[in-house]
Amino acid sequence: MSTERNRYTEFRPRWYRPRMSTWWWLKRWSSLAFILRELSSIFIAWFIYFFLRLIHALGSGDAAYREFLAWAASPGIVVLNGITFAFVLFHAVTWFNLAPQAMVVHLGSKRLPGALIAGANYAAWVVATALVLWIVSR
Amino acid sequence: MVASHDVVLVGGGGAGLRAAIAIAEANPKLSVAVVSKVYPMRSHTVSAEGGAAGVIRDDDSLDEHCYDTISGGDWLSDQDAVEAFVKEAPQELLRLEHWGCPWSREHDGRVGVRPFGGMKKMRTWYAADKTGFHMLHALFQTSLKYPAVARYDEWFVTKLLVDDGRVQGVVAIELRSGHIQPILAKATILCTGGCGRVFPFTTNATIKTGDGMALAYRAGAPLKDMEFIQYHPTGLPFTGILITEAARAEGGWLLNKDGYRYLQDYDLGKPTPKPVLRSMELGPRDRLSQAFVKEMEKGRTIETPYGHVVNLDLRHLGERVINSKLPFVRELCLKYQNIDPIKEMIPVRPVVHYMMGGVHTDIHGATPLPGLYAAGEVACVSINGSNRLGSNSLPELLVFGARAGRAAAEYASSQKEPGAAVVAQAEDERRHLVHDMLQRTDGRQRIANVREAMQKTMEESAGIYRSGPGLAKAADRLGELEEQARRIGLDDHSRTFNTELVTALELQFMVEIARTMVGSALKREESRGAHQRIDFPKRDDKRFLAHSLCRRATDGSCQVEYLPVTITRWPPGERVYGR
Amino acid sequence: MVDRITIEVARYRPEQDAEPSFQAYEVPCRKDWVILDGLNHIKDHLDGTLSFRWSCRMGVCGSCGMTVNGEPKLTCATFLADYAPGPLRVEPLRNFPIIRDVIVDISDFMQKLSAVKPWLIRDAEKPLAEGEYRQTPDQLEEYKQFSMCINCMLCYSACPVYGLDPEFIGPAAIALAQRYNLDSRDQGARQRDEVLSRHEGIWSCTFVGECTKVCPKHVDPAGAIQRYKLSSATGWVKDFIMPWHGK
Repeated sequence: MSTERNRYTEFRPRWYRPRMSTWWWLKRWSSLAFILRELSSIFIAWFIYFFLRLIHALGSGDAAYREFLAWAASPGIVVLNGITFAFVLFHAVTWFNLAPQAMVVHLGSKRLPGALIAGANYAAWVVATALVLWIVSR
Repeated sequence: MVASHDVVLVGGGGAGLRAAIAIAEANPKLSVAVVSKVYPMRSHTVSAEGGAAGVIRDDDSLDEHCYDTISGGDWLSDQDAVEAFVKEAPQELLRLEHWGCPWSREHDGRVGVRPFGGMKKMRTWYAADKTGFHMLHALFQTSLKYPAVARYDEWFVTKLLVDDGRVQGVVAIELRSGHIQPILAKATILCTGGCGRVFPFTTNATIKTGDGMALAYRAGAPLKDMEFIQYHPTGLPFTGILITEAARAEGGWLLNKDGYRYLQDYDLGKPTPKPVLRSMELGPRDRLSQAFVKEMEKGRTIETPYGHVVNLDLRHLGERVINSKLPFVRELCLKYQNIDPIKEMIPVRPVVHYMMGGVHTDIHGATPLPGLYAAGEVACVSINGSNRLGSNSLPELLVFGARAGRAAAEYASSQKEPGAAVVAQAEDERRHLVHDMLQRTDGRQRIANVREAMQKTMEESAGIYRSGPGLAKAADRLGELEEQARRIGLDDHSRTFNTELVTALELQFMVEIARTMVGSALKREESRGAHQRIDFPKRDDKRFLAHSLCRRATDGSCQVEYLPVTITRWPPGERVYGR
Repeated sequence: MVDRITIEVARYRPEQDAEPSFQAYEVPCRKDWVILDGLNHIKDHLDGTLSFRWSCRMGVCGSCGMTVNGEPKLTCATFLADYAPGPLRVEPLRNFPIIRDVIVDISDFMQKLSAVKPWLIRDAEKPLAEGEYRQTPDQLEEYKQFSMCINCMLCYSACPVYGLDPEFIGPAAIALAQRYNLDSRDQGARQRDEVLSRHEGIWSCTFVGECTKVCPKHVDPAGAIQRYKLSSATGWVKDFIMPWHGK
């Protein structure tokens, strides 16, 4: 944005090139939501790590499992997992809602409406959740 | 720095792009330049809605398309040109389909056609109701394939360079830098479109200022049939935005303030529930616009803050038809007048839409000035005669764009390079633009005031109905305005993208063209097609079965002579609709 | 008694200004005036030095895109009265170099448009005598939405990726490529894939979705890009598993 860069010479005008602010994403709600959506991937990664540790602890005997539960019950981890749960939900909802834009499904020569595709994802989610709950509650 | 090409095209719309492609295909070794004051996809071709006519149905014939066009033009069309046009139109439209144009289709995958005003058979190809948009984008995107086509986007041509009796290029301002320079060429093709902005209410975009017509006129080429200006019967009142003829072709009704289909009173047939070709609302545009004026005189039109209107009723077509065949019409009404055609009637009035007249050319697009060609609305071949039929102008761009391109390519291959004399002329023009316009501080007039005065004069005296005294008064007034236009004071003296300078130059073009329109109208003492004289209400084939040709005299006035119309197989008859 | 409204327009005259500034003008605020009518009033009666692009004033030529109160809009399709009592700010489209006032340079976009080969590519041309390529209304529906782009560049203005990385080929260019890829008459998807599958092609897109939100013609460029990502990825997998399969 210096003055010499913008000095006009006849027939070679200097175009002004505005810089994009580092805080561009704070300027609108939709941009903030987008950045949070992208950020949610970090929490997804944390969840996967947590889950793998759970599986490992389950396979390593009683003592290891109890140690894991104690660790998981510590306040820091509980708070982190709470935040993670919120982000995972946000991630899933935004993903399902955007799916119809990426996936165009044809039945014969007609396109299936977007709501059907999003709906199918939600339905599968509900079914999977019900299945897991049933297994866990037995 | 002097740019030089084999062929220069002024204007990058439908005709210009088609011509450029034709040259690149005819002779890939020629260098072609497309010089346009806007990016090509902004050209006014983009606004065309209804469709493009070309005979493809088995129950249709070339002769019938000829007859509809010739009678629609009230026998002022040159019949050899019409025959060539009608024959080549389906080929050109098909070629465009091969280039990707998304024509609307029948269920079996063949190109669909729809009915259109003035056409006895269905032969209008269409791409939903954005035919011009799809055609222009198909042409523009196809033109990107040809490396021989160089583009000068946002360069404004101010003058044709003439030396040794032939046109050898142009002088243009590169808008984004303000640099003024010649672009030399062995052949020049004008494709700059019409001049609707000479009038206050028009469907035309702001760029339609008659540039090419004025350039040719000043260079010594004659203009033809300048008195024939087409009013489109259905434009929105404030903005002039076009409500396509297709709305009537699908079955819309025109109703006066009593809800009465008034066209039945004007010898256009009897009202039927479904549209009948060449009858009632599908009659030709000039007759429909004239019917409006008569209704207005009888006090049966509706008065609004934007002038008198009638109502276009589409409600009975139903939601499904409107959304599939007329989606753009619905969008325009909702966005610009806050009206939903499914539930309400649309207020409409006649607005200036098309210029039948223009630069005089033969059927190959050549003007009498060697090296100068013209195609599209800027040219007058003439196929449209005294009144153009809807859906004839889009194929006209293709047919004559291609013809002019091929003719110019052939001419350019046999010419030598432009000489130093034109470079000197260009320098004079540059000096004139800079000293007499850009740097002038003693200008007396504001652009907008002169423009509004010109538009008011034209609407009052050279509108749908004209009279001798009215035209004579207009001629005097326009003479004064031309003087004023020469003494414009600019606020903007800068070089970088000075749009005020461009507007001032366009105004000078427009006033000059307006004078030729009024001058020609004054001399034609008859009524034919779009030119209606209340003092000479009948058609007079004995004196006026001829084109008016106007040339610029040294004192700036226009000299009008007459050129007989070429008649081949259709002797003049009565123009009949609805019977 | 007509209401009035103040428009603050960005001014930049490279011959005298080092950087853009705002200038305020008071214009009449009629019920059916769009922002373009306000700008024309300024140019005609108040200040002839204001430069801006416009042409058709019916939302089909794509010339009049500007940033209005921070949002990219077509000024011919946006009512002035919606911003009453004002003032409203009119600036050039974001993410493009500014030439003058609210006029930006779009040559980068024009070059990208050409780069995706936006024309019908066929292995063999059908002679005209054989008539049209048959295409059913359903086949037309497949690509019709993507053919409606008016090149107004509001999508580029809204895209943060393009703002941060000007190499990104951008929403409209990809949507146009898809228009041809999905056209049943076209056989050039492979040729376009070279350009689109690069890093500056579809893979720079992070599906922010702003482009689709601002598009005045409902082209849905974000959808076009994501669909292409899916088809490009599945195409890559197919090539990997079955390298012998054609087109």
